[in-house]
Amino acid sequence: MATQSATQETRPTARAAITARHLRTDRWWFDPLLTFIVFGAFVIYGTWAAFDHSLVYTHVAGNPTPHRWFYAKPYLSPFYSPCVADGCPTDINWASADIWHWLSPALYILILPLGFRATCYYYRRAYYRAYWLSPPACAVAEPHKKYTGETRFPLLAQNLHRYFWYGSAVLGGILTYDAVVSFIYTNSSGYHFFIGVGSFVLVINAILILGYTFGCHSCRHITAGRLNHFSKHPIRYRWWTLVSKLNHWHRQWAWASLVWIALADLYIRLVSNGTITDYHHIF
Amino acid sequence: MTESSGARSATSTGARSATSTGARSAHETHDYDVVVVGAGGSGLRAAIAAHEAGARTAILTKSLLGKAHTVMAEGGIAAAMGNVWPEDNWQVHFRDTMRGGKMLNNWRMAQIHAQEAPDRVWELEEWGALFDRTKEGKISQRDFGGHRYARLAHVGDRTGLEMIRTLQQRAVDLGIDVYMECTVTRLLKSGDRIAGTFGYWRETGSFIQLNAPAVILATGGIGKSFKVTSNSWEYTGDGHALALEAGGSLINMEFVQFHPTGMVWPLSVRGLLITESVRGEGGVLRNSDGKRFMFDYISDYFKAETADTEEEADRWYDDHINNRRPPELLPRDEVARAINSEIKAGRGSPHGGVYLDIATRRSAADIHKRLPSMYHQFKELADVDITKEPMEVAPTAHYVMGGVEVDADTQAATVPGLYAVGEASGGMHGSNRLGGNSLSDLIVFGKRAGEHAAEYAAKQSTRPTASSAAVEDAIAAALKPFESNGGENAYAVQHELQDVMFDLIGIIRTGEEMQRALTEIEKFKGRAARVTVDGGRAYNPGWHVALDINSMLTVSEAVARAALERKESRGGHTRDDYPMTDPEWGKVNLIVTQTDGRIAIERKPLPQMPNDLMSLFEEPAK
Amino acid sequence: MSRDLQMRVWRGDATGGGFVDYTVPVEEGEVVLDAVHRLQATQAGDLAVRWNCKAGKCGSCSAEINGLPRLMCMTRLSSFDPGETITITPMRTFPVIRDLVTDVSFNFEKAREVPAFAPATDNAGGKFRMAQIDVERSQEFRKCIECFLCQNTCHVIRDHDENKPAFAGPRFFIRYAELDMHPLDTQDRQKMTQEDEGLGLCNITKCCTDVCPEHIKITDNAIIPMKERVVDRKYDPVLFLGSKIGLRRDSGRTVVGPAVKRGGPSPIKHPATTVEGDASDAEVD
Repeated sequence: MATQSATQETRPTARAAITARHLRTDRWWFDPLLTFIVFGAFVIYGTWAAFDHSLVYTHVAGNPTPHRWFYAKPYLSPFYSPCVADGCPTDINWASADIWHWLSPALYILILPLGFRATCYYYRRAYYRAYWLSPPACAVAEPHKKYTGETRFPLLAQNLHRYFWYGSAVLGGILTYDAVVSFIYTNSSGYHFFIGVGSFVLVINAILILGYTFGCHSCRHITAGRLNHFSKHPIRYRWWTLVSKLNHWHRQWAWASLVWIALADLYIRLVSNGTITDYHHIF
Repeated sequence: MTESSGARSATSTGARSATSTGARSAHETHDYDVVVVGAGGSGLRAAIAAHEAGARTAILTKSLLGKAHTVMAEGGIAAAMGNVWPEDNWQVHFRDTMRGGKMLNNWRMAQIHAQEAPDRVWELEEWGALFDRTKEGKISQRDFGGHRYARLAHVGDRTGLEMIRTLQQRAVDLGIDVYMECTVTRLLKSGDRIAGTFGYWRETGSFIQLNAPAVILATGGIGKSFKVTSNSWEYTGDGHALALEAGGSLINMEFVQFHPTGMVWPLSVRGLLITESVRGEGGVLRNSDGKRFMFDYISDYFKAETADTEEEADRWYDDHINNRRPPELLPRDEVARAINSEIKAGRGSPHGGVYLDIATRRSAADIHKRLPSMYHQFKELADVDITKEPMEVAPTAHYVMGGVEVDADTQAATVPGLYAVGEASGGMHGSNRLGGNSLSDLIVFGKRAGEHAAEYAAKQSTRPTASSAAVEDAIAAALKPFESNGGENAYAVQHELQDVMFDLIGIIRTGEEMQRALTEIEKFKGRAARVTVDGGRAYNPGWHVALDINSMLTVSEAVARAALERKESRGGHTRDDYPMTDPEWGKVNLIVTQTDGRIAIERKPLPQMPNDLMSLFEEPAK
Repeated sequence: MSRDLQMRVWRGDATGGGFVDYTVPVEEGEVVLDAVHRLQATQAGDLAVRWNCKAGKCGSCSAEINGLPRLMCMTRLSSFDPGETITITPMRTFPVIRDLVTDVSFNFEKAREVPAFAPATDNAGGKFRMAQIDVERSQEFRKCIECFLCQNTCHVIRDHDENKPAFAGPRFFIRYAELDMHPLDTQDRQKMTQEDEGLGLCNITKCCTDVCPEHIKITDNAIIPMKERVVDRKYDPVLFLGSKIGLRRDSGRTVVGPAVKRGGPSPIKHPATTVEGDASDAEVD
């Protein structure tokens, strides 16, 4: 009935013969599709917004007055902050650098946040799934023949995430500054306390950006994650605990801050070119 | 290369040869010094000890490595380290263990256990176990039923998992040979001596023979013989049956522990364990009237050390010195009987249990922190949020105090070369085991068994070899279900046996019911012989069950006969027809042996405890 | 409340197989494993399934239910629509042994490569002192029940068998993280985790975390922190400079490689013989 027919070296290696790419019955494609659409929309809008720094005209005392589209006094679009290049409105110009004035200032500012988000551990999950389909969803086969993960250039550069974080942390500070100065209106009679819908738009923007930036996995590592003795560093441990709480919601912060920054830019442009009126009060 | 891998390369892997013993079957054989059957806590600890003593060692397990029933142990490992209560020491632990076992324990085993448990726990920590910590950074210890001081080293409520993973990782690091998903069906002998094991690979159904002068049985318990049990399918009493068949003896088989708190709903998880830690952390038992009924069930035996008001009981959690223990933390047999009585008196919950309430006693955050697995278990299996609602609980077959009769110091059975440890061995826990004492039992006696088995193997001048006739006989027995035309379904026989055992030899017993059970068991034996199996030999659970039934029937009969013989109530043996504890019965153990397939019972006087230990029981207990 | 459940179960072995349809009566409150057991006891006595505790604590009954990696004992039938057919297949990433049982020895071989915990030797006999907050991170990883669902769902090996030699998988990344975060260990496994065990192959798509029945935050709490620790060591020029000029203290741990070489003789044994002419008699469609 039976004889010896196999040795230890010949273990079965065949998987169960199931040809279907997956057997999921739920709407597994919904998440990657949503990610695909929202990211795509953001990239299209962001590219346009970053390039279009043209002049628009509003009527001040009956005279058409030119100013940059990304600025609606006292609101500066977060895509264009800090405004350091020639062409920025004078009262928010940090350093009137007379360089590249033909280039939208957004293009070099945005390198930091784009790099930060592109190397972000959450966004990586989202775009590897939605754009690379690697994998499109859990237990759904990916279409690629070969896979080397993040072991080679260019994806090896994902390891630079912390440097983008350092830069983005500074940028977060500047956006916070922008939110504060949106409460100050300057005119010939001096400084006035100002409060408008746009101020809140920028405050919310700053909160979302900070929540996203300080919930970053690299930040979590830097505060105390790299330590093996929390008990010897109580203050860093407390910071780590706080960052960990933010980090738990990193995905939500990532989405909210992404959508909001585009909305903030759009709001300021619409106010800037007079399409909508910003409700505000100057004290 | 690290130091550990150096040690690994020095390990001999045992000679391997594949021999054909005739036309009808092929099987492989390997040579070892020590073979450990079972890869739970005691088996792994024994294998590590045998390997470290220089023996060529193999582990055989019915399941994958790391899945053994030890993972189900939740509460902790009892060890008098004195980390929380410096007043604790081995003498107090020894006394608690003996009192918990109603003095029927083998005193020497209880003593060794109490003395060596702390070292074994610290050893686990050195191998990578991460216990919960006290403020000073020591291993934290928690309260448990029957233990005078907070004594259980624990990791949340998954201590067994921590133990098995630690030992598994240690065994893998040492490079000990592991045969996973192998079932042993026979112990091989040469004259009086053990010569090895015979069994089959579950994966292929092919046979495997390990020749070794020493075999350690670490096969766990017998709970699968009962319908409502916290035990997994593996608990079919293989070690008990193998030892009997090989001429060994069993002790204390009448004592089966019914854990007071098993789940009752939904039906599919009936019997699943709810850790005693729920009560250790402050949980209380209530009946359908909302009454905390345990105060009505404090026996005289424990009156002096148990609180008689709710106020005192509640103060005890913070101050053990000036208050007495809550009655919810009485030993398991007492609590199980109390719950049983409440349910029978019609004060039970809708699904036939009583309420275990932690929700009103501790904050949700505390429950999440201290009892995470319990929260998880109820949320996912019963859709009950234990931070908001009480649990429904009833007793469940959990542990057999009885097992292979062994020498206290060496764990050697009466057959030369045979050893038994953990739940498969008997004597240590007397008539009732305290919670937390099983995990410590595994590692204390696992180490001893491994060392002594290695020493025994090294002392043999000739290697015992089994006769080919014995091997042929084992092959024939294993293949019999394929050749039978009886048409019996193995699963059906198994299920009906479980019903009979739970209903007739359960938590409360009577002579008449046990007689009936024995009659039924005889009928099951006949049916088991007629079991027919579908399919082939490769990973065929129907065949596996057909073979497991034989062990289950043997241990079921052993339990029934011993229980019928002991005409008193004590610990895990409660008889309606003999409800009192009888001091005369407190002087004897019942020994089960088997000759030509027939089970016999004999009485054996308890070993005499020396006076210095006796004196520990004279001071008033608090 | 009994009802009939429609099931499609993959039956077969390494030589082939297919789906078999069954109808099984089930009760309220049951899980998928109950239905499989009833199937076994009444209709398919030789249906191979691996299980032990039936309580989500041992991690034996891993399979794929409607295409999702799950424990059969923790998947309640009430989570499906009444009338829905439940499809059960073995874990796809591992070689099939029979029916729902797969050969998971990949994992036991990877376990052998882990250099064991190595505390300082002068610390034995109850002298360990560790604060609770220092052990909590590693304790989370030790909740692992080794169901290997994370390994099964990970596309790095699920979709690319060729990556198996170079990739230890999420289960072992949490093991390396556990040891790396252990306050009393003396070895440094960071480099080997990346260079020998394939940490860089992980693209943090988080399916391991999604399927973990113990809800271990595998990606956020183990894999990403390990990646960041590797960055500290290999890709951060500032930290590199800091350690060169003495501003940054060395961890004092000894850098180690895998405990055993891949492909050598293994103490994890397998059957040396099979039984010829042995086949399942389940009819597949």
